[in-house]
Amino acid sequence: MSTVEVARGRSRPRELWDSTIGKKIVAALSGGVLVAYVVLHMLGNLTSLYGAGDGHARVDRYAHWLRTFGEPLLPYASVLWAVRALLLAALGLHVAAVVSLRRRSLAARPRAHRAKRIGRSLSSRTMLLSGLLLLAFVVFHILQFTTLTIDVTPLREGAVYANLAEAFQTWYLVLLYVAAVVALGFHLRHALWSATQTLGVDRPGRNQAIRRGATALALVVAVGFAVIPIAFWTGVLPQP
Amino acid sequence: MRFRLELWRQADPGADGRYEVVEADGIDAEASFLEMLDHVNERRIASGEDAIAFDSDCREGICGSCSLVIDGMPHGPRRVTSCQTFMRDFEDGQTIRVEPWRSNAFPVIRDLVTDRSAFDRIIEAGGYVSVTTGPQPNPNAMPISPETQEQALDAAICIGCGACVAACPNGAAMLFTGAKVTHLNVLPQGQPERRWRTLAMVEQMDEEGFGGCTNHGECSLACPQGISLDVIGMLNREYRAALRGKPVAGTPGMTAQ
Repeated sequence: MSTVEVARGRSRPRELWDSTIGKKIVAALSGGVLVAYVVLHMLGNLTSLYGAGDGHARVDRYAHWLRTFGEPLLPYASVLWAVRALLLAALGLHVAAVVSLRRRSLAARPRAHRAKRIGRSLSSRTMLLSGLLLLAFVVFHILQFTTLTIDVTPLREGAVYANLAEAFQTWYLVLLYVAAVVALGFHLRHALWSATQTLGVDRPGRNQAIRRGATALALVVAVGFAVIPIAFWTGVLPQP
Repeated sequence: MRFRLELWRQADPGADGRYEVVEADGIDAEASFLEMLDHVNERRIASGEDAIAFDSDCREGICGSCSLVIDGMPHGPRRVTSCQTFMRDFEDGQTIRVEPWRSNAFPVIRDLVTDRSAFDRIIEAGGYVSVTTGPQPNPNAMPISPETQEQALDAAICIGCGACVAACPNGAAMLFTGAKVTHLNVLPQGQPERRWRTLAMVEQMDEEGFGGCTNHGECSLACPQGISLDVIGMLNREYRAALRGKPVAGTPGMTAQ
């Protein structure tokens, strides 16, 4: 019996996690969940562009709807919490897979080796950096706008529009949020292309289109997010 | 021509390596990089010094033995094999750094020579097809479309030199393994072992300690044979299908005779 036949005795998830390709599939799929969320989040954010709306901003109603979704069939905010649990699980898997792969890559190469690289894009070279920045940003972002723990500016629960309008009068918060979405754009540009390759859905004939599509989506997401803080900062969106 | 070489010297696998500066003069511009090293070695031997060890065999770019990282690039600036890199591509008086492939799966044996038997073990794990012996098969019994032939041969052109591993920031062997899997998995002769081959070769690749691919694309650009990055997508696709235990979509229903 060969080693491979012996190895076949492992459970499917174990086998997936043990192989580098399998771990990348985990990273790609969990990343896919995060990308889907990011796109929905961006679209949700864009409801801010409807403006203050006489104390009943569209974005406030949207935030309320997220919590009452499924009622009375489901308890208050249950869908929201389910989504949060899914996101946390996806993020956990994504980080665990990437950390494990990274350790493997570091072990595969002698330490002091410096080589000339000719083919890497800026976004592929900075994946780890942009990923770490995003992770730090997500923690800050949740503490600021979800749990309202960090109140640089006065924040009120449920008053999304007012909170945004207030926060984005502060120049460094605008800068921080724009910088974060730039990092997101860079991360997505390589991630989207790389995930199609990892999942094997690429084909020689469509690779150019996939690369361009990845860049386009990354750009759309980054611009879609960046537009909100900039609109409040420049006064395009009125104060409530 | 005259060059200042910074050559990696390492007595044995366990020893600490270091760079040794060696002057090379009187070099013909039409000499290949390996001929230049021969010239340096002849002088060293004549003056009682030890020769610098490096790998070479066919010296016509088809065997995959030569394996020098020249100024940080596997096989040097021209992205052909080291033996097909000529001194005319360098400037007179230039300093050139020469290193072995750097991968922990390819331990240095001596100086610029690395042990690439990790690749042999990946091939042993599944890089073959089984054929029945007996009377010669009917030549028309196994039709292969020109597209399939092209795809298989574009992958089969891999000479297994290991430049892809040397070029990869992750030290991954996905281009090599992808080329071998693509070559055999698209042909009808490769169908009986298709699923098993993919799993076995990937498993061996991981066992050898190669890193994980992050789709930078450095390997394909460094490859002297110009193997396309597409073979990595193919390998991922084959692996996923093999893990699910299903025949791969689009597979012709052909089996070896």
